[in-house]
Amino acid sequence: MHYSKDHEWIVVEGGIATIGITDHAQQQLGDVVFVDLPKVGRVVKANESVATVESVKAASEIYVPVSGEVIAVNDGLTGDPALVNRAAESEAWFMKVKMSDAAELATLMDKAAYDKFVG
Amino acid sequence: MSEKLQRTALFEAHQALGAKLVPFAGYEMPVQYPMGVLGEHNWTRQNAGLFDVSHMGQGFIVGPDFATSARAMEQLVPADLLGLQPHQQRYSQLLNADGGILDDLMITRAAYTGYEGWLYVVVNASRKDADYAHITAHLPEGVTLQPGVDMALLALQGPKAEAVLAKLNPAVLELSFMHYASLKISGVEAHVSRSGYTGEDGFEISVYAKDAVKLWDLLLRDESVKPIGLGARDSLRLEAGLCLYGHDIDETTSPIEAGLQWSIAKRRRVEGGFIGAERVQRELSEGVSRRRVGIKPDGRAPARDGTEIQDLAGRKIGVVTSGGFGPTVNGPVAMGYVEAALSPVGTAVQLLVRGQALPASVVNLPFATHNFKRT
Repeated sequence: MHYSKDHEWIVVEGGIATIGITDHAQQQLGDVVFVDLPKVGRVVKANESVATVESVKAASEIYVPVSGEVIAVNDGLTGDPALVNRAAESEAWFMKVKMSDAAELATLMDKAAYDKFVG
Repeated sequence: MSEKLQRTALFEAHQALGAKLVPFAGYEMPVQYPMGVLGEHNWTRQNAGLFDVSHMGQGFIVGPDFATSARAMEQLVPADLLGLQPHQQRYSQLLNADGGILDDLMITRAAYTGYEGWLYVVVNASRKDADYAHITAHLPEGVTLQPGVDMALLALQGPKAEAVLAKLNPAVLELSFMHYASLKISGVEAHVSRSGYTGEDGFEISVYAKDAVKLWDLLLRDESVKPIGLGARDSLRLEAGLCLYGHDIDETTSPIEAGLQWSIAKRRRVEGGFIGAERVQRELSEGVSRRRVGIKPDGRAPARDGTEIQDLAGRKIGVVTSGGFGPTVNGPVAMGYVEAALSPVGTAVQLLVRGQALPASVVNLPFATHNFKRT
């Protein structure tokens, strides 16, 4: 698993990146009540804002850590946004992106570096 | 310009409870406890929530007798204060010369022996200094404002608040909405009023700062009571349709535009005689150009403060002043100002959220039914 400074996690399998927000991020957000996901087919650039998470407190932008095409979104979050609080780094993935530049992964952190980053 | 944040008498108690503390109106205040905003909101609607609101300004208008003090304050607010019974409390607004709202406040007629000329006021934390300067500048000779010193304010809100407090002093059972009593609670001298900011039955309890921790701990010992932060306080008052100063009301909005005419008695409407009366009386007779309304988004996306409200043709007709997720409603809720012609309940509007026009409609306030104890 790789991590971004904007608190997204990313798992890559066969050129497909599954992306979500970290457990640390969901703790900071508090109770998630709404998730706005991008459209399937959208071509995204690394660090672009592509989704929004609304907690009881505020709205937060979600930045995609890698470039490519959105090939799937987790519709389960629409009906059950609180899944982000229960399973941020597993079932509550946000989107799958078909990566266009594998080299972008090198800019991300591993678990040890991310844990240090959030201290 | 960053000044050192102030702390209430309960600061260490909040820390010990694991609260997340944030700067709010110059104070370091608990925004939530480990239960979280959603859980705290629901707990208050179903049980009893305990809030530290000691950051609010508690003060006294001191004159030689009740009528003199009431008459002096009637120059500053549109409420009927001369009609207050001993122990009774009213909600009102301090207005500027243009009829805009400088702050909203609670005013209580004291009835302590020897203090018959005193009114007790509670103002917003963020407006405290400005309010006190404004009030002082407009009080006549012989009537003064005395800011409360070393006082704390707790709120106990929710359907179980009465039972919890009655165990400590059954006299609260006799207390009706918008009235206070001076009570001893486990030896602590308390000024208890039946009022609040959640839409639920409940109490606001003013005590000396030195007694705040004792009372706080005592109330938390009851299994019906949990500590509630400012996050849930905001979602509770939003669902209850209550205004937050600086958002739903400010120096540009009048009490009539804000839908607060219920707080202005007939005598004051007719006679005027308060700062800002010209606009209030004109708007009462000629109507207003915009009105505060409830807005219910059709979908699940919350519309926050500042969101543009449009008619169905995409023309801007107003702006959201408070908005978020309402846990009791289990959906997004908002309030805002719209053009008067588009303010009737049922009007279809749209909300411009992240560039998308989302369908919504004008609805009645409150979103969550008030459960006040009326007698």
